[in-house]
Amino acid sequence: MLAGFYWLGCSLVATVVGQVKVERDFREENMKSLRNTALGLALGVTSASMAMAGELTIATVNNGHMIEMQKLTPEFEAANPGITVNWVTLDEGTLRSRVTTDITTKGGQFDIMTIGMYEAPIWGERGWLEPLQFDAAYNVDDILPAMRGGLSYDGKLFAAPFYGESSMIMYRKDLLDAAGMTMPDNPTWGHVQDAAAAMTDKDAGQYGICLRGKPGWGDNMAFLTTMANSFGAQWFNEDWTPALDSAAWNHAVTFYKDLLDNYGPPGSSANSFNEILALMNEGKCGMWIDATIAASFIENPNMAYAQAPVAVTNRGANWLWAWSLAVPAGTKQKEDAMKFIEWATSQSYIELVAKTNGWGKVPTGTRQSTYDNANFQAAAPFAEAELKAILSADPSNSTQNPSPYVGVQFAAIPEFQAIGTAVGQQMTAVLAGDISVEEGLANAQKAADREMKKAGYY
Amino acid sequence: MTDKQREHLKNRIAVVFAWIAAVLFFFPIFWMVLTGFKTESQAIAIPPLLFFEPTLENFTEIQARTDYSHFAMNSIITSFGGTLLAMLIAIPSAYAMAFNSGRWTKDILMWMLSTKMLPAVGVLMPIYLLSQKFGLLDTKITLVFIYAMMNLPIVMLILFNYFREIPKEILEASRMDGTSTFNEIVHIVLPLAWGGIASTALLSIILCWNEAFWSIVLTTTEASTLTAFVASFQAPEGLFWAKVSAVSTLAVAPIVVFGWFAQKQLVQGLTFGAVK
Repeated sequence: MLAGFYWLGCSLVATVVGQVKVERDFREENMKSLRNTALGLALGVTSASMAMAGELTIATVNNGHMIEMQKLTPEFEAANPGITVNWVTLDEGTLRSRVTTDITTKGGQFDIMTIGMYEAPIWGERGWLEPLQFDAAYNVDDILPAMRGGLSYDGKLFAAPFYGESSMIMYRKDLLDAAGMTMPDNPTWGHVQDAAAAMTDKDAGQYGICLRGKPGWGDNMAFLTTMANSFGAQWFNEDWTPALDSAAWNHAVTFYKDLLDNYGPPGSSANSFNEILALMNEGKCGMWIDATIAASFIENPNMAYAQAPVAVTNRGANWLWAWSLAVPAGTKQKEDAMKFIEWATSQSYIELVAKTNGWGKVPTGTRQSTYDNANFQAAAPFAEAELKAILSADPSNSTQNPSPYVGVQFAAIPEFQAIGTAVGQQMTAVLAGDISVEEGLANAQKAADREMKKAGYY
Repeated sequence: MTDKQREHLKNRIAVVFAWIAAVLFFFPIFWMVLTGFKTESQAIAIPPLLFFEPTLENFTEIQARTDYSHFAMNSIITSFGGTLLAMLIAIPSAYAMAFNSGRWTKDILMWMLSTKMLPAVGVLMPIYLLSQKFGLLDTKITLVFIYAMMNLPIVMLILFNYFREIPKEILEASRMDGTSTFNEIVHIVLPLAWGGIASTALLSIILCWNEAFWSIVLTTTEASTLTAFVASFQAPEGLFWAKVSAVSTLAVAPIVVFGWFAQKQLVQGLTFGAVK
């Protein structure tokens, strides 16, 4: 790009230096047409950049529940004449950078943004999001307390959960039965290791456990943080110094690596949600610890569910996440945006999805009333385990020892994204066998320390 | 073995290698098209399925969820617009450099080419903020301008090489007859270098068509191109390979057809100077 601009400059210089004598008639004729073109373009640009009244632009990801929301949007438009909705679907990484760029530069490209539990409190604190206020019919108290708390800052709700998730164990009951074993509802990592060993048959391409290994704060580190939490580890000490060189982190990462080396599929360091979902569908994995939403993709009579495993504490052993809808502070369509969010995150929307596609397809993890519904309980065998996991996750108390941050699988500070990704890369290198656990954690500690010092925490 | 037979054998071997190379290059495209006609579970099946009952469900869903023609039209406008703008700047510049070259022309060319190594993301924020300040976010004119800037180094370099092939004597003869610079470019240089200009333009169109970074970053709904359309089908939680394959097939189809019709010029442009 920069090269292009250099080239433009150089081309112009070259044109002059080369003494290209453009004839006057040519210049005049072309200037006339250039003027006309510029006028046309200016008009076109102005009309294109003017936001249409009643037109909402929503940035979202391509997840199944969001696609369903797009399909049902005509219902909202019919109920709210004068409002039309435009969807911008992006992949998760691009969505994050696009909405961050838009919100920090007050670009005003989006009226509603799909954000997660990490962004909501940070952006709310900075005044980048409009606080959400709904009428009594919305029944905000029906939203699960963990979700409400995670999406609020200073008592104000800054994003409404569209669907939420925690993490849990999803395992092949048929394989475990064949091995003569059972999985407790609240297993330890020891139970998981035994079960993985019993279900592994590498010659038959059958692996006892599949876990995330791909680097990223939302990929391997989301899982690994919950595991480390349960081993008594934490990201930061109370004085904000990184705590990645602790014995607890070492135990957790060593256990994780041994587990995948012995009972995991080859190439685990490249696996994240979608890769493991494919492996599960192929019947290659006996057990998967990941987002509760995965249960709806792999549900069959052989599947069973249990809570995320613990080692020395159950605090922070399972994560908490919500894909949520928020209104950026720069929007000119605030009222219409609020109306849309009220519709899309309401109980009546969940009922609309149930009516259209059945109770097994409704967005879960947001409202108590969904879990109280007998039809939903019948359609979703994983409902009980999912609700239990979500209710047990507490972002403000997720570590064994006191920590200064909020968040289960992340620390809700702006610097975490960079730190989490850098640490994730080290953990992938450890899993791939490129470096030792000690080396990886030492590198991770250094990277985190550098970032925190730079940000002025100490 | 006689010389003739040896030559014949050499040709046969060359043909076999050419076929192997062609199959290797074509296979990913073939697999993408094939996967577009599978269900999501068939798309991830191990071992991969070569024979299956094809389905049009991916294409139907894409059509139901999005307006393909809107994205395709934006791709056409921005690719052709960007190429046209680049050619308008590059032709007089390349002419100046080729026929009035000075002591530093080659060094300037090399320096210009070296700037192509700079990553696009380096100017993301300035471009984004400028577009925002001038109300140009999500407009086709921004993409046209950026595509032109992006391809200008390559376009100029190729044109410079083409123009240098034109014998200077022809231009000198025309100057003796009093031809203006403008007429010299339009009536002499352009007709003589027409094949090169056409192949350069084709290459530029293809590069613009495949550009993803800027179209994803700078557009939302109005000016989004087919590359943004493809990117929107990735899913963080869910299977999407069959749908992405179907949407990629739809995205590359127009440029493949276009390339097919223009392959003679394209091959001429891509192999230019290879057998000097």
